[in-house]
Amino acid sequence: MSKQLIKQAFQEVLDQGDKAFVPYIMAGDGGLDSLEEKVQFLQESGATIVELGVPFSDPVADGPTIQEAGIRALKQGVSLRAILEKLGQFKENRSIPIVLMTYLNPIYAYGVAAFARACRTAGVSGLIIPDLPLEEENLVVKELQANDIALIRLASLTSPPDRLKELARRTEGFLYAVTVTGTTGTRATFQESLQEHLASLKNICQAPVLAGFGVSTPGHVKELSANCDGVVVGSKIVDALHQNNREEIKTLIAAASSKEQAPAE
Amino acid sequence: MKTYQQPDIQGHFGSFGGRFVPETLMPAVLELEKAYEAAMADPEFVDQVDYYFKQYVGRETPLYYAENFSNQLGGPKIYLKREDLNHTGAHKINNAIGQALLTQRMGKKKVVAETGAGQHGVATATVCALLGLDCVIFMGKEDIRRQKLNVFRMELLGARVESVDQGSGTLKDAVNEALRYWVTNVEDTHYIIGSVVGPHPFPKIVRDFQSVIGIETRKQIIEQEGKLPEAVVACIGGGSNSMGMFYPFVEDERVELHGVEAGGSGIETGKHAATLTDGKAGVLHGTLSYLLQDENGQVTEAHSISAGLDYPGIGPEHSHLKETGRVLYDSITDTEALEALQLLTKTEGIMPALESAHAVAYSMKLAEKMDASETIVVCLSGRGDKDVDTVRSAIGGSSYE
Repeated sequence: MSKQLIKQAFQEVLDQGDKAFVPYIMAGDGGLDSLEEKVQFLQESGATIVELGVPFSDPVADGPTIQEAGIRALKQGVSLRAILEKLGQFKENRSIPIVLMTYLNPIYAYGVAAFARACRTAGVSGLIIPDLPLEEENLVVKELQANDIALIRLASLTSPPDRLKELARRTEGFLYAVTVTGTTGTRATFQESLQEHLASLKNICQAPVLAGFGVSTPGHVKELSANCDGVVVGSKIVDALHQNNREEIKTLIAAASSKEQAPAE
Repeated sequence: MKTYQQPDIQGHFGSFGGRFVPETLMPAVLELEKAYEAAMADPEFVDQVDYYFKQYVGRETPLYYAENFSNQLGGPKIYLKREDLNHTGAHKINNAIGQALLTQRMGKKKVVAETGAGQHGVATATVCALLGLDCVIFMGKEDIRRQKLNVFRMELLGARVESVDQGSGTLKDAVNEALRYWVTNVEDTHYIIGSVVGPHPFPKIVRDFQSVIGIETRKQIIEQEGKLPEAVVACIGGGSNSMGMFYPFVEDERVELHGVEAGGSGIETGKHAATLTDGKAGVLHGTLSYLLQDENGQVTEAHSISAGLDYPGIGPEHSHLKETGRVLYDSITDTEALEALQLLTKTEGIMPALESAHAVAYSMKLAEKMDASETIVVCLSGRGDKDVDTVRSAIGGSSYE
C-alpha cells in the first residue's frame, strides 16, 4: 500500500507530462506542531512527495543549512519517536506520500523492527538513509519489506557503472541521483557531465529518477529535470520555510510543471 | 597460524564495524581497501614503512623499566613502552607515516585529517611536510583553544588548520567536518583518519600500522624478563595506541589486557568519555560500535580533561573485544589521571601526556593486587609537554604564581 502510494503519486504527475517535485523539510524545525500545516501547504502547492528530514546530531552528508535546521529541531526536543507519532495523528488529513530521510543511528536506537512497524502505523511510505550503502543494507531491508516501506537508494557521481546498475535495480519508490560530489546545500552550477549521467541513470532504472543536492532555483528545476523525472529540493526549501517565504517555494514547485515556462535568469 | 582473524571481508569485527558512509564515499573506501592490500603485499612498500619508522620516527622505542615508580607502589615491575619518544611526541606518527606513504602510492596529492589534542594533526602535518603533500586539518574550536601551541605547530609545518564551530567544537565535530570535506574532495584527497575508527578499512589500517607498538613490546619484554607480562595497560579515546599494543598479544591468553577510558568527572556525573562503560551500540562516523548517545540515538558529548580521549565513539574492534571478554575495560577519572601524571613525573622524570596518564593511573590500581614477581606493561602513548598548561590550571601554578 505504501509503496503503491509513491507509485501513484509519480504516475499522476508524469502522465500529465509534468516533472515530479519533492521538497525536503526538517521535521520539527519551527516546532512539530506546525508539521501538519507545512505538509498541507506543500501538498496544495503541487509537491509530489514530501521528504521529511529527521534531525541528527552528526549529519555528515549535510551542508550548513540543513545542519542548522537540525540543530534548531533538536533544541525543540524533537525525536524520531515524536515525529512518527505526529505523522500518525494527521495521516487521514493528507494524501501526499511521506518519505523519511534519516541517518541510521536514530533507527538503530529505536530498534529496526519496531521502527519499521511504527513507520507503517504513521503512514510513512519510504525511507532515505544517507549513511547506509548497499554493503550494509541487510540491517534494515527485511523489516522494511515486511512493512511495505520503500528503501530509496542514492546514486552518486562517483559510483562506477556496476554499482549504479545495482542501485538502480534495488531501489524502491525512486532513485535519488545525487547531483554533486559533496554535501547538501545550494550551488550556483553543476558539472557538465551531469546531464549525461542523469540520462544514463534514466536508461538503467525502472523506477523514476530524481535529481537532488544543490537544486536551488526554478532554472535548476527545469534544467535538471529535463533528463530525468524530477527533482528533490532541500536546503532552499528549508531556508524559505525558516524565513517564511512561501511564495518562493510555490515558484520552485511550479517550475516542475510543463505549463510553466523556463524563467528568465 | 593465527586463530584471531578480524575483521572479516566486509570489515566487520564480530557484530561491529562495517562501512556506514554515503554512497559518494563508497568507491573511495573500496579503492583504499584494494590499494592497502596491494601495498602490504608489496615488500618494497613494507620496507619503505620500516625505513621511515626507523630513520624518521626513531623506532624502535624503548621498553623502560620504571624502577622508582614501581618501588613507590611496592608491587609488580612496571614497564613503560616509550611511544612518547617518537618524533612528534606520540604514537600518532606510526599511523600518519604509514597512511601518508599509502596516499603517495595511490597517486593522491592531498590529505585531510581531524585532530583532537592536536597530536594526530601535528603528526599528519609533519609527514605531509616530509612527503610534499597538501594538508588540511579540521580541529574543534574548543580544542583549538585548549591546544593553541599545536595549532601553531601545524601551521609552521605548512598545514591549513580549519576551526570547527559546530556541536561542542571537539574531536567528534572535527571528524564530521573532515568527512564532509572528504565527500567533497574525494577524487584527489585521502583522509588520514587518526584512530581505529571510521569505515572499513580504516580500523584495520590504523591497527596494523600501530601494531608495531605491540610487536616491539612483546619482543622487548621477553628479552628483558624472559617471559610475557601478566598485564598490559593502555588508554583509549578512539583506541589506536591500545589496539596497536593489544593486537600482537590477543592470542597470548594469559596476558591480561586492560583498556582504560576517560572517566572525566566520574561515570556517575555523566561527564565522561567512557564509551564502553556507559554507552551502547550505534553508528557514528562510518562504523557500528559502542557510542555515547541518548535514548533517541542522538550522539552525546564526551568530557575529559584530556583532549585526545574526548570522543563519544570507540573503534569497533574494541567493542568486539569487550563482547568476547578478551580485553577488560575500565575508566580513570580526571583527578586520578592528574595524580598519576605527577607521581610518574616526580619519580621517573617522565611526564606522560594526560591521555597516557590514564593508563599510568590504572597500572597503579592494578599494582595493588599484584606481587613483585609479576610485570605490567603500560603504553606511554605520548609526552606531556602539550598538557602543561592544562595541568597548571587544574592543580594550580608554580610556587611563584
